[in-house]
Amino acid sequence: MAAAETQFPPPKVLTYPAATPPMLITQGAEGRLYKTTHLVPTRPCALKYRPPKPYRHPILDARLTKARLASEAKVLERCWREGVPVPAVYAMDPAAGWMMMEWIEGIPVRAGINAWLGERPEDGTEAPVVDDTPLVDLMKGIGTAVGALHRTGVVHGDLTTSNMMLRPREAGQANGDVGDEKNAKGKAVEGDVVLIDFGLATQSMSDEDRAVDLYVLERAFASTHPRAERLFTILLDSYGKTFKKAPSVLAKLEDVRMRGRKRSMLG
Amino acid sequence: MDPLAKKKRRIALGCEGSANKLGIGIILHEGAIGSPTATATVLSNIRHTFVSPPGTGFLPKDTAHHHRTLFARLAKQALADAALGIADVDCICYTRGPGMGAPLGAVAVAARTLALLWGRPLVGVNHCVGHIEMGRAITGADHPVVLYVSGGNSQVIAYAEQRYRIFGETLDIAVGNCLDRFARTLAISNDPAPGYNIEQLAKRGGRVLLDLPYAVKGMDCSFSGILTRAEELAAQMKANGGKGPDGEPFTPADLCFSLQETVFAMLVEITERAMAHVGSNQVLIVGGVGCNERLQEMMGLMAADRGGSVFATDERFCIDNGIMIAHAGLLAYETGFRTPIEESTCTQRFRTDEVLVKWRK
Repeated sequence: MAAAETQFPPPKVLTYPAATPPMLITQGAEGRLYKTTHLVPTRPCALKYRPPKPYRHPILDARLTKARLASEAKVLERCWREGVPVPAVYAMDPAAGWMMMEWIEGIPVRAGINAWLGERPEDGTEAPVVDDTPLVDLMKGIGTAVGALHRTGVVHGDLTTSNMMLRPREAGQANGDVGDEKNAKGKAVEGDVVLIDFGLATQSMSDEDRAVDLYVLERAFASTHPRAERLFTILLDSYGKTFKKAPSVLAKLEDVRMRGRKRSMLG
Repeated sequence: MDPLAKKKRRIALGCEGSANKLGIGIILHEGAIGSPTATATVLSNIRHTFVSPPGTGFLPKDTAHHHRTLFARLAKQALADAALGIADVDCICYTRGPGMGAPLGAVAVAARTLALLWGRPLVGVNHCVGHIEMGRAITGADHPVVLYVSGGNSQVIAYAEQRYRIFGETLDIAVGNCLDRFARTLAISNDPAPGYNIEQLAKRGGRVLLDLPYAVKGMDCSFSGILTRAEELAAQMKANGGKGPDGEPFTPADLCFSLQETVFAMLVEITERAMAHVGSNQVLIVGGVGCNERLQEMMGLMAADRGGSVFATDERFCIDNGIMIAHAGLLAYETGFRTPIEESTCTQRFRTDEVLVKWRK
């Protein structure tokens, strides 16, 4: 693959002769994500790299990069230990600004939902008698994953359907009677939800922080998948069953919705 | 048909007084309304600033008195500079908010008086929208992400569907307020502006970078904790107990340098995140803090890294002025917007996204 795109020099760790040629996956505001391998060529991994920001004072830049990577790794480690579906951390060098994580196969949940919705009529022109079960199951899966995250005392900070992967289930685990048409269609939204991108995550146990986390997801979901918006309550229902304090988080969510993020300011 | 639509030349007088600057400006719009060939020309742009002694801020009462005292003189001067008579002016625009109550009220009363005296319609303008529209008109930036930073506001804004939407903003005080108040702590002169004097002082610092909090949350940020820490460091310095990371005593210049480097890095970071979010690579800086050349330089480095460019204006348009109110008001006036005299109030709280931007698609 034409990995090291000329416009972005890859981090030093990816330039060693032993490294598998890296592939640039995404370029966000914060950093870049590469696909490469860890230790052995058969073990794929994701490398998150936070390049130095030229506008920032070098001392400040080094301090921030180090602190942010360390906190992200700490949060991921904590989630992984507690059984929350997140990628495992393999290796990191906070001073050099990179972290290697487990490579998650599959597609983003956003793409899965859109593929599923894409097969549906645009408006009520066709009979709306479509079996929603696979999508409903996915919504439940998201609710359970977010609930597991919050139970461990972590809030994500940027929950969207782009920050969740849909990992295909192992062959044996797949639902029993395969083959019929309905099942092939359901494939788009089938799989296990894995939460990714913990760059803005913080450790918190407060109802308020958890409710804001859900509110961010709700807003993002409504603007990304307006046609599936009505299914969001299913997600919240399954979230409500995941831990003891979940119902009080959902009650707080009502307050957060009322408040929105509108704030009046002085000129 | 509205006779205005046929008018080739439209002229507005704008009155601004939401903080310590009293500004009066006259703008001329030519060409068909809403067409890409329509032009805006500044005919006059006059400003007078109320400057308080070092170590103090401007109080609403004194500032309103300043505006009341000078309004008539500035209005006359603006007309004389533009070589216009009363009959040439189509409408009177004024700042409805947001801002400080007393000075806003003083200028609203004066604008209302002009409207009644001259028999011209009145147009109330959102101060923030004024800054954005003037910045776009001067720089030609077409669809930028806007960083609006001043003594009272810090917002990251992008246009979508007839509104200027706020993507990120300060959770407590504005960045300009942080700088102004820090200038008071060090008793730096308020003439011509505290921020300008901090910028000049910072150029002599930079031997060390002092450790200050860095408070970015997603696309929002916070400045009050940084101010508190900077004030603590200033107190240590005065008591001769302040040592930098290299063990040497630090100076006021080092403090100004560290404060600027920290708060501007935060602003550039949230702007970059908004640019990535909306997929734009143009950035426009408006508001009084936008004059700061170090901020412009940092923003330029970020934009270049993303393959984009930064647009900024100089102090004539960055710092509060009457011409931006005239320009934004005239844009609204051309779409049929009027503020009846009985509704010509002003308000301290007026969000940027409350305004329906009818003049853009």
